[in-house]
Amino acid sequence: MALTEENPGYKWVGTRPIRPDGLDKVTGKAQFGADLTLPGMLFGKVVRSPHAHARILSIDTTTAASMLGVKAVITGSDFPDLAANGAHASDIDVANNAIARDKVLYEGHVVAAVAATTRELAEAAAKAVEVSYEVLPHVLTVDEAMADNAPLLHENMITKGVEPAPDQPSNVASRIVHERGDLEQGFGEADVVIEREFTTKPVHQGYIEPHAAVADANNDGRANIWCSSQGHFAMRAYTATVLGVSQGTLKVTAAEIGGGFGGKTVIYLEPLAVRLSQRAGRPVKLVMDRDEVFRATGPTSGTRIKVKMGISNGGELTAAEVWMAFEAGAYAGSPVGAAGMTVIAAYDIPHFLVEGYDVVCNKPRVAAYRAPGAPMAAFAVESVLDELARSIDMDPIEVRLANAVVEGTQASYGPKFPRIGFVETLEAIKEHPNYTAELGPNQGRGVAAGFWFNAGMNSSATVHINENGTATVVTGSPDIGGSRQSMALMAAEELGIPYESIKPVVADTETVGFNDVTGGSRVTLATGAAVVDACRLVIEDLRARAAKTWDVEIDQVEWVDGQAQHVDGSQPPLSLSALAGKSGRTGGPISANASLNARGVGAAFSAQLCDVEVDPETGVTRVVRYLTAQDAGRAISPDYVEGQMQGGVVQGIGWGLNEEYIHDENGGMENPSFLDYRMPVASDLPMIECSIVEVPNPAHPYGVRGVGEVGIVPPMAALANAIKDATGVRLTDLPMTPIKVLEALNEQSD
Amino acid sequence: MAQVHFSAGLRELTGGLARVEIQASNVRRLIAALDDMFPGIGERLSEASSVAIDGEILTDAEFEPVPDDAEVHFLDILQGG
Repeated sequence: MALTEENPGYKWVGTRPIRPDGLDKVTGKAQFGADLTLPGMLFGKVVRSPHAHARILSIDTTTAASMLGVKAVITGSDFPDLAANGAHASDIDVANNAIARDKVLYEGHVVAAVAATTRELAEAAAKAVEVSYEVLPHVLTVDEAMADNAPLLHENMITKGVEPAPDQPSNVASRIVHERGDLEQGFGEADVVIEREFTTKPVHQGYIEPHAAVADANNDGRANIWCSSQGHFAMRAYTATVLGVSQGTLKVTAAEIGGGFGGKTVIYLEPLAVRLSQRAGRPVKLVMDRDEVFRATGPTSGTRIKVKMGISNGGELTAAEVWMAFEAGAYAGSPVGAAGMTVIAAYDIPHFLVEGYDVVCNKPRVAAYRAPGAPMAAFAVESVLDELARSIDMDPIEVRLANAVVEGTQASYGPKFPRIGFVETLEAIKEHPNYTAELGPNQGRGVAAGFWFNAGMNSSATVHINENGTATVVTGSPDIGGSRQSMALMAAEELGIPYESIKPVVADTETVGFNDVTGGSRVTLATGAAVVDACRLVIEDLRARAAKTWDVEIDQVEWVDGQAQHVDGSQPPLSLSALAGKSGRTGGPISANASLNARGVGAAFSAQLCDVEVDPETGVTRVVRYLTAQDAGRAISPDYVEGQMQGGVVQGIGWGLNEEYIHDENGGMENPSFLDYRMPVASDLPMIECSIVEVPNPAHPYGVRGVGEVGIVPPMAALANAIKDATGVRLTDLPMTPIKVLEALNEQSD
Repeated sequence: MAQVHFSAGLRELTGGLARVEIQASNVRRLIAALDDMFPGIGERLSEASSVAIDGEILTDAEFEPVPDDAEVHFLDILQGG
């Protein structure tokens, strides 16, 4: 671990205790989305489109509904027509993605759902639903979707961000642009200019736990939902919108979650389960299988990116021009906006033009995936930067250091950076022994860096002091990356009691105040700040109670090491357990709530160093060493910080070397299983070494920045740069499979 | 006076102007003043933007104070994973 600023001597923050959810998970007691069973519960099954693009002519549910044991069958007509009701376009898209009304826009799009007394009956009934389609021509890539006379997914889609607005619809939902300086001047000042074009495929978040939801509707219009998600408050809001009901009629309980990575910030099954339950009058469980997860839930975008960059012989970047098109899937909303803001954000470049397009096509609607948009953008720019460094014979870390943004640099997306730790992360990999380790035959070394904003948003927390002086910390942020441990560590530090005396809980939507989704690397920062605020309110209350007990003013009482102390030592200290045990005499139970819209978000940077060995006969790339350095601000829980860093890298390695959606000519996915969609497993990889850099975020009580996302930004470029170093060939199309490596090697030798 | 900077995308609504100076006590009043200057920009800023005030990126910032000499940038809404 590389600590760049002094640790202020915390007792609990920065330690590595046993995780609070560990025992339940290793003993199988943890309840995930599919684990809940209710009395009388039915099993649901979704009917999905076999076509990538088709008009629904009719749906005949008669046979399915008449089958013995089938209790409900629903179609799009069982939901409000939000378009007819004048709803916001984004809400209409959410509803139409949950269940199609007139057209299906991708293979796997929901057209109906059934509920029956057994799984087998539900599957049989789903097969008995008869859907008549008019198959339409489809587009699967940005190239096809942006071509002249391309088939349109949405006949009313007029490109936003273009003035004057186009007078004809297209598949381009919007255009973004960032610009500064004078490109011609910038490229004129360069000694070397390199221009390359990159393509990436859609890749899935690959969470182990498929989506699952159980709904139990009451006769009074209320319903309970249990589901696996990254934000049960968001699930409540989306589900209410699709059902056309008030959020207050829905109670959502967060199940344990087996991974999300952004892919569980959206709804799929929840409104279907509620409607089926309402129709059947019984609880309904819906669980996706892996095939459904691949075919129907959001991967991230496939992209085409063109990059042109110039550099002086002294190593100063002079200009950058970037053109990007991102697949959005069936509805507008690719992460091209964030890609445009991040693509050159790590570097201080005086002249640039960044242009991006959000393009719909006949694939599942994309969903967020760790630092959405930034990894593809970084693959392109960090690859070109590597070539620029080679062209002027400059060390790849030095070229990044020479152009790195620092506090006060005007970011390419607008504002000036506050205190950041990019330089420190680059120095961490430069000083690591891996950077000078000897390379073997057919081995090469690659460097890449990445930037991500992180987020703040809204969080709430409640802290209860129990009668024995232990504490319960209640939040509404589903724990996908160790946040319960982080909350408990910060609460222990604040209250001055042992970590083991604190029980962190994720409560349902009726038990704790509103929390935005667990995403954007925001929970330790934002929900953590709410926990700290609530703890400080509790401490204020405890000081007042001690003052009352001692008949002194509150300013005569300090809270030190978990006990009230009189400032002049004239009273024996009162421990938390002593105060809690007599709380009835001093004002009643001790608890406090805090809610906030978090401020002071700290940006994150990662620098990574990758050694690979490329087999010249098979084209197989093996990762032999991998080092990731990341500015965590402050690592509240170093174990989990390292877990996030390693997880991001591993997903990036899969994205870089193996993973891709493969479609047939009809737009059907050909590899919807983990057998054919190859994610890395432990035996594929070396130990991912971590260097936690700590440049505290001055705006957070413990200096937290957020660590969940930026680790996935650099790996694809680090791999490509290492392959270039090992073989001399530059790969620009992900994934860099053995066949592509071999083809590139053959071209090189020709 | 706060200095408000427009991204290249927003400049299509400001007649190409990259920066204006405006006095406004909070973000809501700032957007209203901008909408007076550039009709239609208010809706775009309110619906699809975060705001950065002196480098700090904020969401739901309608009532956030805008200091006299603040540097203000409007940004696209960001989605995290």
